[in-house]
Amino acid sequence: MTALTAHRLHFAFSIVYHYLFPQLTMGLGLLIVVLKVMSIRGNTVAGDSARFWGRVFGLTFVMGVVTGIPLEFQIGAGWSRFAHATGGVIGQTLAMEGVFAFFLESTFLYLFLFGEKWMAPRTHLAMAVLVMTGSWLSGYFIVTTNAFMQHPVGHVVGDDGIVRLASIADYLGNPWAWVQYAHTMTGSVVTASFVMAAAGAFYLLQGRHVAHAKTFLRVGVVAGIVASIMMALPTGDLHARLLAKHQPITFAAMEGHFHTEDGAALTLIGQPDVERLRVDNPIQIPRALSFMTHQRWDARIEGLTSFDRDDWPDNIPLLYYAYHVMVGLGTVFMALMGASAALLRKGRLFGPRARPLLWALMLASPLPYVANTAGWMTTELGRQPWLVYGVMRTAHGYSANVSAGNALFTMLGFMGLYVLLSLLFAFVAYRIVSDGPKPLAGAAPAAGAPLDLAPSHRPEGSPEPSEGGA
Amino acid sequence: MVDLWFFLVCAMFAAYVVLDGYDLGAGIVSPFVAKTDAERRAVLHTILPHWDGNEVYLVAGGATLYLAFPRLFPAYVSGFYLPVMIVLWLLMGRGLGIEMRHKLDHPLWNQLWDGVFFLSSTLLGLVYGAALGNVVRGVSVDEHGDFFAPLWTSFRVGDDVGVLDWYTLLVGATAVVLLARHGALRLAAHLDDDTGARSARLAARLLAPSVALAVLATFATFAVQPNVARSLGERPYEGVFGLVAGGGLAFSAVSARRRRFARAFHGSSAALVGLFGCACIGLHPFGIVARDPSRSVLLGDAAAPAYALGVGLAWWLPGMAAVVGYSIYAHRRLLATPRPKGARSGDRP
Ligand code: HDD
Ligand code: HEM
Ligand code: HEM
Repeated sequence: MTALTAHRLHFAFSIVYHYLFPQLTMGLGLLIVVLKVMSIRGNTVAGDSARFWGRVFGLTFVMGVVTGIPLEFQIGAGWSRFAHATGGVIGQTLAMEGVFAFFLESTFLYLFLFGEKWMAPRTHLAMAVLVMTGSWLSGYFIVTTNAFMQHPVGHVVGDDGIVRLASIADYLGNPWAWVQYAHTMTGSVVTASFVMAAAGAFYLLQGRHVAHAKTFLRVGVVAGIVASIMMALPTGDLHARLLAKHQPITFAAMEGHFHTEDGAALTLIGQPDVERLRVDNPIQIPRALSFMTHQRWDARIEGLTSFDRDDWPDNIPLLYYAYHVMVGLGTVFMALMGASAALLRKGRLFGPRARPLLWALMLASPLPYVANTAGWMTTELGRQPWLVYGVMRTAHGYSANVSAGNALFTMLGFMGLYVLLSLLFAFVAYRIVSDGPKPLAGAAPAAGAPLDLAPSHRPEGSPEPSEGGA
Repeated sequence: MVDLWFFLVCAMFAAYVVLDGYDLGAGIVSPFVAKTDAERRAVLHTILPHWDGNEVYLVAGGATLYLAFPRLFPAYVSGFYLPVMIVLWLLMGRGLGIEMRHKLDHPLWNQLWDGVFFLSSTLLGLVYGAALGNVVRGVSVDEHGDFFAPLWTSFRVGDDVGVLDWYTLLVGATAVVLLARHGALRLAAHLDDDTGARSARLAARLLAPSVALAVLATFATFAVQPNVARSLGERPYEGVFGLVAGGGLAFSAVSARRRRFARAFHGSSAALVGLFGCACIGLHPFGIVARDPSRSVLLGDAAAPAYALGVGLAWWLPGMAAVVGYSIYAHRRLLATPRPKGARSGDRP
């Protein structure tokens, strides 16, 4: 294995794993704020639900932290030439993420988790809003960093190959970043709403915590249908048009479109065959690709063969499948959440005849993770062979001073640790779910109440909260 | 501007040393000062709401280094590839040790995470110290300006150095002892029970080794890296960091004897800042000190262009000011509420 391959696998593995956690926390951050607002209006069940999801948030956050910190250093460790060449630009947003987002989130999360007993309800809501702001800012800065790699703006490239910042406003206002951010954040709301609805279905099917289960389902399904539709329109559609305009090669590869055509067909299913330059067993909608991209049935779409082979992404089949998995799942999400929302409106989602649908909602909760991961695979594989599109090739960006052997060693180390981490997460998450939502504990917490993160873990020796208000 | 950014980066890491230092210190001393399960829990609760915010100083410090010196950050983290990855694993272990224990109440579960917490904190102290030693001692830079440090070569300070040799191990040991004392003093300030009393005794016992190791490490530094003496010769006022270190240790020793542990903790913080400042001086004006001095990299050559540095300053300073502001609020809110016995107030900024 070459050092380049080892570093690519290393980074891809670590970041895919990391992103499993933030996608839930960012979406949950929003849904917790919704629940807190409902609770301030007098809905105690929503208040208990917010506390329950706060615990889930706390656990997921810790996982995000322990897997995110390695990433920050891996950019420099595995990709030192890329990091050196572009640091003058992407260093800005990575440092902003630390200064503006991580401090905010980590400081106020603990006030949120520990403070409910002694804070005025509105102050506690403010803590929830600050935590959400922290995690959404973190998403903005990291997506802007990635958007620069997709569509570099606001920079100049020197003769020495070093990329310098020319305009911070252009860099932060990258049009690509805004579309990508809207799509990514909506994707994380999809994840959170599916998880919340699944927990509701899980309780309701067993007849446990029924009032809470209904709240979970209401919030989850309403957020779920809105977010699922927004994945396609407008965010996904805008994203695809940006690609068609700025990365036509990527666009052709992910659509499995080999030959330039007027009135190109949209491939729904089929297996791209890069040797014979065609899609096997295709199921297609004639002219649809042209229409969706340019709003004209006969518009011309460039095919892969119109471009230099050196500029083709290096793993076209995987790219194609990743993209089709994302879009296919997106369609499934709209159907599932659409059906649930329709029943919810008619007040029948909680009735006995809706049980099969509740089962489907419960079992569907892993799918948004698959869709989000597939989306990122599309983005990152589609950018190949460029590391910074049009500026630096992936083959020129890795750390040549770190051998394949060393990279493989640490990758295996991370894999082992992440297997343990996954087991730990599953175990503790199961405990939280089987514990269920609870009212705010009384003044004297039982010794060793295991999962009662919020109230019983105030620092020893502090007085009992006297009055509310901050 | 380059020097200002060098100062800001050093300040971020110094804040990390002081703040996460007390978390690490608590981890190192907890098996010795907390005997029962309830006591261990109490020790953890003094750091639980803060450790993550403290750890962010490392992440944000690293990113600040990257922003201002795009050449240095990748050179260091890829050059010290293996130790960096080991630090990352240890940081994971430390974080889980703190966060997982209270998720469940089972004796074996508790013991597991206590063990993980102690081991990873101690090893982190050692590796951090060794890393600092490496940066000051210098690394073997090749003709392209790259370096890759193996974990060890011959344990001698020669031209072909590894990460671990007698000098860096000495700095590592110094770090462990200083951090242990730092953590013990904070526990003494925050806990009124037996644990607090044991922490106070442990801190007193660690005083002599702390002083001895700090002095030894200082002499060793002058011996292995001539740049330190030269830097001091050119800018004698930098010696103030040495004074802060010595003064801080003395102040903390005196305050601890008078049982003013919050003050003693502040003295210890000053000592850590002073010692860390000395190391930063030892580096200045270089960003990378090479064993072969002609290959050292000057800070000015490693910095981002003026526009990026200026833009950075415009948002970095207000951003960090806000962080300091709200972290003080959070620390106050979570820890420094009036305490039952009202005796010693453990007010940490
Ligand atoms: C719940 C997850 C999810 C769902 C249902 C969808 N997406 Fe998506 N998609 C993502 C999650 C995602 C993502 C993980 O958030 C990505 C990766 C990078 C990004 O900005 O968003 C992404 C990227 C992404 C890209 C950029 C690829 C590149 O840059 O190379 C396009 C064109 C689309 N999506 C289009 C769509 C369309 C037309 C969908 C129709 C339903 C869709 N996505 C559903
Ligand atoms: C701002 C955030 C991100 C940055 C800076 C970033 C950067 C990088 C870099 C430097 C590489 C290695 C070069 C390459 O092989 O292309 C890479 C590859 C990759 N990243 Fe990203 N990435 C980001 C977000 C993500 C996310 C969130 C995911 C997925 C969840 C992801 C998935 C991947 C994958 C799958 C690869 C491997 C592609 C390949 O094998 O060629 N990336 N990314
Ligand atoms: C190269 C890519 C990435 C790097 C370097 C990175 C870095 C980090 C770091 C250092 C943390 C820990 C923060 C703490 O201590 O509080 C973290 C957590 C987090 N990251 Fe990432 N990350 C990357 C990709 C992403 C992406 C693509 C997103 C979202 C779009 C994201 C969103 C978050 C969020 C929201 C957190 C907070 C912890 C949590 O909620 O789980 N990260 N990340």
